[in-house]
Amino acid sequence: MSAYLLRRLGQSLILLLIVSVIAFGVLHLAPGGPLAQFALTPGMTQADLARIAHQMGLDRPLPLQYWEWFHRMLDGDWGRSYRDNQPVLAVIGGHLPATLELMVSSTLIAVLIGTWVGVLGALRRYSVFDYLATVGAMVALSIPTFWFGLVVIYAFSVRLPWLPAGGMYTIGEGSFLDYLHHLIAPALVLALVTVAIWSRYMRSSMLEVIGQDYVRTARAKGMPERVVVLHHALRNALLPMIAIAGLQLPTLLGGALVTETVFTWPGMGRLFLDSIGYRDYPVLMGVLMVTALLVLIGNLGADLLYAVYDPRIRLD
Amino acid sequence: MSSRIWLPASRRLTRRGALALGLAAGATLGSRAARAQNQPKPPAKPTGQVVVGLSQEPTVFNPLMPHIEVDQGVHWNLFSPLWGVDASGNFVPQLATEVPTVANGGISADGQSWRVKLRNDVKWHDGTPFTAEDVKFTIDLINNPHFRSASRNGHSLVTDLTVVSPTEVTWRMQKPFAPYSSILSWTFIVPQHILAKASDPNTAPFNNAPVGTGPFKWSERMPGDHITLVANPDFFGTGPYLERLVFRYVPDLTVMFTQFQTGAIDHTGLQGITADHYQQATKVAGRKVEVGPAAFVESITMNLSRPQFQDQAVREALYYGMDKKGIIDAIYYGLPSETETFLPRQSWAYNPDLPKHVHDPAKAKQMLDAAGWTAGSDGIRAKNGVRLAFTNSTTAGNHVREQAQQLLQQDWREIGVDMQIKDMPAAVIWGDYFNLSQYDSVMVGQDKMTGPDPDVTAYYDSNAIPAKGGAGTNTMEYVNPKVDALLLAGATTVDRAKRAPIYRDLAAIIRTDLPTLPIFQYVTIEGHKDTLFGYQPSVYVASNCWNIAQWYWAS
Repeated sequence: MSAYLLRRLGQSLILLLIVSVIAFGVLHLAPGGPLAQFALTPGMTQADLARIAHQMGLDRPLPLQYWEWFHRMLDGDWGRSYRDNQPVLAVIGGHLPATLELMVSSTLIAVLIGTWVGVLGALRRYSVFDYLATVGAMVALSIPTFWFGLVVIYAFSVRLPWLPAGGMYTIGEGSFLDYLHHLIAPALVLALVTVAIWSRYMRSSMLEVIGQDYVRTARAKGMPERVVVLHHALRNALLPMIAIAGLQLPTLLGGALVTETVFTWPGMGRLFLDSIGYRDYPVLMGVLMVTALLVLIGNLGADLLYAVYDPRIRLD
Repeated sequence: MSSRIWLPASRRLTRRGALALGLAAGATLGSRAARAQNQPKPPAKPTGQVVVGLSQEPTVFNPLMPHIEVDQGVHWNLFSPLWGVDASGNFVPQLATEVPTVANGGISADGQSWRVKLRNDVKWHDGTPFTAEDVKFTIDLINNPHFRSASRNGHSLVTDLTVVSPTEVTWRMQKPFAPYSSILSWTFIVPQHILAKASDPNTAPFNNAPVGTGPFKWSERMPGDHITLVANPDFFGTGPYLERLVFRYVPDLTVMFTQFQTGAIDHTGLQGITADHYQQATKVAGRKVEVGPAAFVESITMNLSRPQFQDQAVREALYYGMDKKGIIDAIYYGLPSETETFLPRQSWAYNPDLPKHVHDPAKAKQMLDAAGWTAGSDGIRAKNGVRLAFTNSTTAGNHVREQAQQLLQQDWREIGVDMQIKDMPAAVIWGDYFNLSQYDSVMVGQDKMTGPDPDVTAYYDSNAIPAKGGAGTNTMEYVNPKVDALLLAGATTVDRAKRAPIYRDLAAIIRTDLPTLPIFQYVTIEGHKDTLFGYQPSVYVASNCWNIAQWYWAS
C-alpha cells in the first residue's frame, strides 16, 4: 500500500510540474497583457505604461520569470495579484468559502434528489415516473443556465418579491436566515444540471446491479424489498459513483461561472474569469495550480476509497 | 419631487422621438438649477445607506497606483486632492485654501514657481492632523523610482519641493506646464505618517486599508463582492449626508439592470444602463434615469502609415461616406450626440464652430474619382497598386460596436471601399496591437484630455508615436508641425483665457486633416431611486461617483 502511495505521490509531483510549465507558458505567450486595461484610462501615458511594465518585471525573458515564480512558490509565496496586490493565496482563500457554500449545497441537493430519482427510475423502469424523469433530465441538461437563472430572478425577484435578486447577503444584515434566503435561488439553479447528470448515472448503475445474481438471491431468500434495495443494490450501485464524485472535486472548488455571474455570487469561477480578462497572471497561476492539485487529490482519493469500499480491489 | 424624461408610447425610436429625447435631456441638464430650488434639503446628520452598482470591480485603493475609472470613483470618497474640479470645469479648493494662479501670485508669471497654502483644520481618518509634509510625501512618492505610480506626467517636472510651514509648500517646475493644475486636481494626497513607515509602498497594508481625508472612511471589503465606506464625521467640507456607502460589484450589465429594477442597488454606476435598456429604465416606478455627458469620444482611428490612409482625399471621402446619424439613431437609440472633434462639448477649450459632417456618398465617390482611386472589377477602388481595403478592429463581444461596424462596412462598400471587421478581446487589442500601431483602423472611445485638462499632446504630437520610439499615445502616427507648435503653446501658456483660442485653432486643423473620423460624444446613462438627490454628471472626472459627499435621501 505504501509503495503504491509513494508511486502515486511521485507521479503527481511530476504532473504538477508539467502543468505549471504549460500553464505559465500559455498564459504569458497569449497576446495581450495586464496593462491593456490601462491603455484607454484617462491620465495615463505610454511612458507611464512602459515604466510600469518594467517595474512589474514583465519585460524580462520568460524562463527567468517562470523560475522566479517557481522558487517563490516553493517558499510559500505564491505572488501578489496584479489588481489589488493581495497575496494570491489570500485572494483564492477569500473567494473559496463563497464557492464552497454554493457548490456543496447545490451538490447535496442534486445528489439527494438525483439518487432518489435515479433509483426509483431503475426500480420502476419504463413506468410513467421513469419516462417523466428521463424527459425531465434531458430538458434540464439542455436549458442554458444563464437563461434559467435570469428567468428565476425575473419570476421570483422582479415579479414576486420572494427572493433577492443576487448577492450573498443583504448589506447591513448578515443573519444566517439572510444567507439562506440568498442561497436558495443560485443553489437550485446550479443543482438543476447536476440532478439530471446524477440521476442518469444512478439509474444505469442501479439497473446493472439489479440484474445481478446476488440481488435475485436476496429476493429469493425472502428479504424485504427495502433491505434488498438499500442494503444490497444501492451499496453496490454507489460504487462507480465514487469515481464520479472524485472527478467532481475540482468542479466543487472551481465554482460555476455562469451562476455566479447571474446571481452576483463572489466565487472562484468569477475570480477566474475576471483574472483572465485582466491577465492577472499570479492569480491565474494560483487557481490553475490549485485546480490541478485538486484533480490529482480527487483521483487519488477516489481510487483509495474504491479500494476500501470494494474488497475485490487490490492496490499495488 | 423630480422631473422625469417622458417618452411617447411608441417603442421604435423615431427621429422625432430622438430629437424630443435630446431636448428633454438638455432640458433636464439645463433645468438642474431650477430643480435645485425645489429639491428637499439634505438632512442635518448623515442618514441612510446608498448601494452603488459597478460592472467592474474596484481593486486599487492606493490612489497613486495604476487604476481604472471605477477605482477613481472610490478614491473621490476616501481621499482629497489639493483642489477638485466642479462640473463646469472650475477648480474648487479642497486641501488648499485657494487655487494658485498667476493672478493671485500662487504661480509666478513664468509659470515655474508655485506656492500652495493649505488648510489647517483637516484630519486624517485616524485623527492625525494633515500637514504640508503629506503633500511633499505624496509628490515624492509618485516620483520614487521604486514606486509603481500610475502617472508621473507633470510630477516629474517638480523640483525643490519645500515645506515652508505646516500650511505652506512651494516648488519649482523645470519648465512651465499648464496642465499641472488639472493633474493636481486628480492627485489625491496620501498620509505620510502611515506610508513612510511601510518597507515597500507597493505592498503596504495601507493599500487595502486606506486612510484618507475624504468624506467617507474605509470600513470593509469583501473581494469580488462589495466595498463598504462609512461617513467621516470630521470631514472638512460640506457633507457627507449618508451614513454608509457601499460599492457593489455586479459583473454583468443585464444583471445590474435587473438589480436596479428590484431596488437591490440604489444607483447604477459605471458602465451604467445600456442604450437598449434605456426606454425600459425610464418606465420603472420610483426611479430616475439621468442621461449626462461623458468625456469620451467615439471615433474611427486610422493608422496613417498605411498607404491607403495617407491620401487626404481618402480620409475625407470616408467621412462623407459615413452615415453618422444612422449609427447614432439606429444603434445607440439616438442618445449620444454627434461631434466633430476630440474634446467633449462641455470643455472650456471646445470649438463649436467646426464644419459639420454631411453624409454624402455621391460627393465621396466624386472625391475618390478625382484623386485617382478607380474602381476595379470587384467594385473596390485602387490606385498605383494599392487597394482601398483595410481592417477595422474593436473589442470583441461589444455587440453594439459590432453593429456599428457592419453599418460602416455597408456604407463604405457603396463608395467602393472594402472594410473587413477584425475584432479581438480587450486584453489583446488594447495591448501592443493598438499601442504599437499594428492596426489598420480601430473603432475606439477615448478621453484624450489630461485629466480635466484639454492638453492632448500625448495623442497628436509627432514625438508621441510609440511605434517610432516616442513616449505617447499617437498610435495613428499623425505628424503635423503646426499641430506640434500649437500643442507646445497650449501646454506652456498658463493663463486659461489665452489657452482657449490655441485649442480652438488646434481643433480646426485636426478637423481639416481628419486623422480620426469622430462619430459621437458618449453619454452616461445612470439611474437611481427618485428619492436620492445630489447626483451630478461631469466630464471633468472619470467617474460620476465623484460627489457622493453631496448625495442624500429625501426624508
